[in-house]
Amino acid sequence: MTLMKSLMGAAATVALTAGAALADPALIFDLGGKFDKSFNEAAHNGASRWAEETGGTYREIEMQSEAQREQALRRFAEAGSNPIITMGFGMADPLSAVASDYPDTTFVVIDVTWLDAPNVRQVGFAEHEGSYLVGMMAAMASESGTVGFIGGMDVPLIRHFGCGYAQGAKAVNPDINVVANMTGTTPAAWNDPVKGSELTKAQISQGADVVYAAAGGTGVGVLQTAADEGILSIGVDSNQNHLHPGKVLTSMLKRVDVAVFEAMSAGDNVETGVFTMGLAQDGVGVAMDDNNAALVSDDMKAAVDKARQDIIDGNVSVVSYYENDSCPALQF
Amino acid sequence: MEKMPKWADVVLIPLISLLLATILSALVILAIGENPIEAVNLMVTGALGSTYGWGYTLYYATNFMFTGLAVAVAFHARMFNIGGEGQAMLGGLGVAIVCLYVPWPHWSIALLAACAASMIFGAAWAAIPAYLQAKRGSHIVITTIMFNFIAAALLNYMLVNVMRPQGSQDPATARFPEAVHLPTFQSMFSTAENIVFRGAPANISFFVAILACFVVWALIWRTRLGYELRAYGHSETGAVYAGISPVRITIIAMLISGALAGLMATNNVMGEAERLVLNSTEGAGFIGIAVALMGRSHPFGVFLAAILFGFLYQGGAELALWTSIPRELIVVIQALVILFTGALDNMVRMPLEKLFLSLRKEAE
Repeated sequence: MTLMKSLMGAAATVALTAGAALADPALIFDLGGKFDKSFNEAAHNGASRWAEETGGTYREIEMQSEAQREQALRRFAEAGSNPIITMGFGMADPLSAVASDYPDTTFVVIDVTWLDAPNVRQVGFAEHEGSYLVGMMAAMASESGTVGFIGGMDVPLIRHFGCGYAQGAKAVNPDINVVANMTGTTPAAWNDPVKGSELTKAQISQGADVVYAAAGGTGVGVLQTAADEGILSIGVDSNQNHLHPGKVLTSMLKRVDVAVFEAMSAGDNVETGVFTMGLAQDGVGVAMDDNNAALVSDDMKAAVDKARQDIIDGNVSVVSYYENDSCPALQF
Repeated sequence: MEKMPKWADVVLIPLISLLLATILSALVILAIGENPIEAVNLMVTGALGSTYGWGYTLYYATNFMFTGLAVAVAFHARMFNIGGEGQAMLGGLGVAIVCLYVPWPHWSIALLAACAASMIFGAAWAAIPAYLQAKRGSHIVITTIMFNFIAAALLNYMLVNVMRPQGSQDPATARFPEAVHLPTFQSMFSTAENIVFRGAPANISFFVAILACFVVWALIWRTRLGYELRAYGHSETGAVYAGISPVRITIIAMLISGALAGLMATNNVMGEAERLVLNSTEGAGFIGIAVALMGRSHPFGVFLAAILFGFLYQGGAELALWTSIPRELIVVIQALVILFTGALDNMVRMPLEKLFLSLRKEAE
């Protein structure tokens, strides 16, 4: 009976997918996978929200190898998917090779802003600005005068996060000590909560009492250990305040889900060009909710709101790591 | 007297194993509510049903041939080189340096230089574990796997801090100049009216891999060095008695093995990506172990097993593209095939041997 059921279920699924309309969007996840608790999962959330609200369907694939990047782009484009949404800087090079072959298809790429292609919507995030704000909060919450940063894989993007964080912390307290560690040098560093936990303990022994994790799935271990050891932590990408209520100071929001949702909602006539989502566009920000309300003092809130406005108005400028591949506030 | 005919040993056992793996995979696919016949159909047509599919299958197969040969050569000297991953990474570094910093007039000369550089870099990375094994007795399995991590750290340092173009966010080198781009199957076999292998990454290094299979075969079975390798592998004391130096053989076997693993970079770095990315080897060094085991460390077996694994990779990609089978399950399917063909060999062999023996008795 159950066998019969699954057989029929299988047949029904095949029938459904075969009958799907042609101009469905497609979503290409990066190597981290759909459920990485972070970057890719945010995209998945945005896409499923779109599917729920509109009843639409979309194709998706999780990358398994570098050679698949170009393959997936071409196959989806040839199958008529539009727009094709891709995640991460690893897609920049394949896109620059593929996009011009399919001028009628619109591609969307998240975390890439430097391509020269007319049919690509490039969405970047000003992670350094959001990190600056959480850095300020970390410095204000710290009693020891030492705050920590735990990155995932040692790539420029993560140094970019850490650089903004250090600048924010130093803006509040010029003498603050920022301890920075990277989890590793292979993609495994994005999903290594045990190592994240060890690094947190190591930073605590160096005096850190607030740690900021910009490390994908590794951050789960960082937040857990910080909660266990009685120090504060800061989450990243999604709102992670709820993971340990009262123990997570805040989360640096990076609204990948909004970017994906917007692209899917606009459909195949989504606007192309380069878009940077910073504080002004609410593309990045700090998470405030019931879970961390007790941790955030009025002073802290006022200072963050003021800094946010100053950055939007241009009175305060946060130096991006990309500008000259170095950071004024932190040595990697 | 042979227990069963040669053809059964070489053809029948792998086929039955493969069939068992397919049946089990079908059950798994059924259990998650997908249609297994549809899935197998997708895999076969996607990987073997068009020149495009073959282009990807052979691209993956080329990688696995190099790493499979690397493991096989070390295995003949009874050493387990599981550092193919790191050696291939270093080979990629060698290829990138040669392609980026030397202005080559033509790809053919660049390919020769890249082969040499990748072999030297790969061999150099294998040389240290080899020395430690030969002179200090540090176990090769431990040292080679540790060297994979050191290679990853070294590559990360080089790409993030040294070779990354200024201002780029991607930890990768710049694209190699046009002159060193290897001809792909598309440019080699397409005619004006009939374009084949469209967009597929298979390239001329496939023939380098076939050449490597021949060279390894000749080396192992037709040279004095190969004889020494095998003798050492069968019995160290016997080899020493015959005047073969264990230190020399250990180091030479590992150097050849490392060079072969390094050669993989001509395919994935020079042929496909045309630049060096962090994640360029993607586990091919480890797949090489399975390929060598399945191919019984014989170059022809490695060739066939590599194509099978290439099929699994490309077929898996097609499954991921067109069905909602999660990629973890695709890894499960690939693992089942490895399990049955590599590890559970005796499960099929024993009953089959009995069957052939009883058949023979009846005939007598």
